[in-house]
Amino acid sequence: MDINDKITKATTHISQNEGLIFEKSSPGKKAYKLPPLDVPAVDAEKLLGELTREELGQMPEVSEIEIIRHFTRISTWNYAVDHGMYPLGSCTMKYNARVNETVARLTGLAEAHPYQPEKISQGALRIIKMLNEQLIEITGMNAITLQPAAGAHGEMTGILLVRAYLESQGNPRKKILVPDSAHGTNPATAAMCGYAVENLRSNSAGMVDLGALEAQVNEDVAALMLTNPNTLGVFEQEIHKIADLLHAKGALMYMDGANMNALVGKVRPGDFGADVMHLNLHKTFSTPHGGGGPGSGPVACKKILEPFLPTPVVITKPDGTLGFEYNRPQSIGRVRMHYGNFGMFVRALAYIMANGPEGLRQTTEDAVLNANYIRKNLEGVYDLPYQTPTMHEVVFSDRTQARKGIKTGDIAKRLIDYGFHPYTVSFPLVVPGALMIEPTESESKEELDQFIEAMKAVAEEAENSPEIVANAPHNTRVSRMDETAAARKPILRWKPPVAKEAELVTK
Amino acid sequence: MLKDIGADTVDDLFAAIPSEYRLTGDLKIPRSYAESEIVQFFRDRAAENGQGYASFLGAGAYSHYRPVVIDSLVSRGEFFTAYTPYQPEIAQGTLQSIFEFQSMICELTGMDVANASMYDGSTGSAEALMMAVRVTGRHKSLIATSVHPEYREVIATYARHQGMPLTTVGYSTNGRVDLEALDTAVDSETAGVLIQSPNFFGVIEDVAAIADVVHKKGALLIVSIAEPVSLGIVKPPAEADIVSMEAQSFGVPLGFGGPYCGVMATRDKFVRQMPGRLVGETTDRNGKRGFVLTLSTREQHIRREKATSNICTNQALVALMCNIFMTIYGREGMKELAQHNLAKAHYAAEQFKKSGAKLVFDAPFFNEFVIQTGGAPHVINDKLLQQKIVGGFPLKKFYPELGNASLWCCTETMTKASIDAAAKEVA
Repeated sequence: MDINDKITKATTHISQNEGLIFEKSSPGKKAYKLPPLDVPAVDAEKLLGELTREELGQMPEVSEIEIIRHFTRISTWNYAVDHGMYPLGSCTMKYNARVNETVARLTGLAEAHPYQPEKISQGALRIIKMLNEQLIEITGMNAITLQPAAGAHGEMTGILLVRAYLESQGNPRKKILVPDSAHGTNPATAAMCGYAVENLRSNSAGMVDLGALEAQVNEDVAALMLTNPNTLGVFEQEIHKIADLLHAKGALMYMDGANMNALVGKVRPGDFGADVMHLNLHKTFSTPHGGGGPGSGPVACKKILEPFLPTPVVITKPDGTLGFEYNRPQSIGRVRMHYGNFGMFVRALAYIMANGPEGLRQTTEDAVLNANYIRKNLEGVYDLPYQTPTMHEVVFSDRTQARKGIKTGDIAKRLIDYGFHPYTVSFPLVVPGALMIEPTESESKEELDQFIEAMKAVAEEAENSPEIVANAPHNTRVSRMDETAAARKPILRWKPPVAKEAELVTK
Repeated sequence: MLKDIGADTVDDLFAAIPSEYRLTGDLKIPRSYAESEIVQFFRDRAAENGQGYASFLGAGAYSHYRPVVIDSLVSRGEFFTAYTPYQPEIAQGTLQSIFEFQSMICELTGMDVANASMYDGSTGSAEALMMAVRVTGRHKSLIATSVHPEYREVIATYARHQGMPLTTVGYSTNGRVDLEALDTAVDSETAGVLIQSPNFFGVIEDVAAIADVVHKKGALLIVSIAEPVSLGIVKPPAEADIVSMEAQSFGVPLGFGGPYCGVMATRDKFVRQMPGRLVGETTDRNGKRGFVLTLSTREQHIRREKATSNICTNQALVALMCNIFMTIYGREGMKELAQHNLAKAHYAAEQFKKSGAKLVFDAPFFNEFVIQTGGAPHVINDKLLQQKIVGGFPLKKFYPELGNASLWCCTETMTKASIDAAAKEVA
């Protein structure tokens, strides 16, 4: 049997080899042309003296077509949502609509300077105001800031709001509770905001253990950082009790909105007791992930936290025009220069407009339907550690396959051969050997069925010919990388061969 | 699909949500719009914003020409619809491009190692000061008042609850950091000193002289670069320990303030204290060269509350724009581009002086300079706006001591005609 026999989604094909851009460089090649200088040329050395730069070393010199080919070739080595299902759990890899890209690049928006006068910024301000209002409605909160640049940055902003509020009540308190299933950003954020982190264990259903919470929450606890649905894809059914327990002791509930794609249009965090939360526009609201960023992490909050929001905020002025308000004495201050990742606001607003209320609700329903369809079809093939109903993502474990020495990471690598991006590997930490699968609403039944067939085929290989899985991927440009060597002797920049050799000799 | 799952309705799948919280009606947001309506809506918003103005605004966000190749390439779905390259076998495109980006940033800044990007220049400079605290084991930070005022506000927010006391050091009459005041202010408790060059006034700092003072006391010098096009013609801050850059100038749209691209670069010996993603070269099982995310034991997904930072996202797609921009201009073009900026700004400064404006600082500058005018800057700017010219950035809000001062920027896109028109009004 050929190891590619069961692979239906993908096939291998020619892909171009391409070195580093520096290796293509040769003196005199150019890809730019500046217009003639319409003012007198200046003598840089005369103006700058010894501050003048002599030369630009190893910066490349290449032609335009070489640049186009270089980046086109290397782009083809990436897997992307545009190729197919990208079921990376907790990342919500949904379709990125092209209209969003088009409108974000309109000249009047893309070329707007952040300090241009408000009277020629009314369009941008109106976009911010509209997105503010719609996200407030979607979350069921009372106020919002769009300034944070990403989810973790939003977490920091939210916890600083909590801190400022508690300080205004006389005591900022000492601890933040973080469930053991939480993203690593949560405890890292709490530490950055000057709080001690206390772990909160999950119960056998994968939810917050109310007994543990009750025992741990006291006057030292500032907030609980809760992801809901949590990283197992499980909705915290006793969310109101959690909120009540916290509020009774004067603590607040921070909701990590990473999994908001399971809730939009069906339920609002503000209604079930969250005091403050962040959204990831690059997850729930379809702004592209861009190979790692940019993101955008608005923070929505209840009335009590509003006075502390970062400056500036958008207001309607007495003459009816929009403007920025800077005078907010209780504000936590700025968390980023300017107003946030405005280009992402444009895209997110376009997404909300395209969907409307019915569309947003259906998006959520389809995301949850897709995840449950996968769960149903792979249950029994892969171990399902928690039987609790799941929402937009499902977490399996590699327990069955591990008996043959095949781990979640191996299954992920073999899935690549089948033409899919892997799920999230080894997270959440509460599930040993986790396979965290989030299909999103973007996938058709056909794509899901193909994914399910691929997962079943890999499971069968793990049982009958584990070496195929253990050595995967087989069909990629590069095979498994030596990550240990990369970390032990880091090579973090290109150097010309001569310099590199000389360095090796001296080492 | 519902039948396969064993559910009657899709609402059964939401049974876990207590019914009292479930929405029974529609969200109160506008109806669904067709694509054509969406495009028209945003065209209308774009039209409400000013278009076709000549702008003298810089102040940390610069209007450089963006070669069309950039958007053509970053619009490839393989780049913009991928995520963080956790699976290197199917992410070599992103990984190699970041490796090239890191390499070029090192080349331009004179540092040994650069990360795969931070959110932006303001948060990056806050992270750089936190890194200095980790490296030195000291707590105090010193910031020049000639660092971008909004950067300083962001740093204040970050530092407040981390036991990181902040103090400032002022500027002297030539617009550079006051070296005597610096010498007094840095002490054995100082972890890091943050300066900006060219600074917020456009003035190029004497980094070597500042480094001497800072290093004598065992502190780290962090140089923030908000206008990296300057590196085409200004000596890199090689004496710095950490360079914190805002790379927006390298082909990133002004976009009303974001997304931009922070970058941190440093010395090899400090790499393990650096926050953010890093891409390294390695080989696969067959000995073939490839790239991976590396040294991730610094990061939050491994170290949780003990991580160097909570940062997770980087600005990969924006860094790709910067990478393409740097590649397009390259070894010769970066220099020529910088020369054009230098020439335009110096021509403008001369013309403004002839009209009666006073140049406030006499130290060398790159493409921005501060003038003092007889009239209030906002009055001048209102007049210019009627001629479709956006005047300089008034400094009164952040530097009241400078009186009627404003900060003017001329990039290569500024025309002589606009400069001459503005010169008529700046007296």
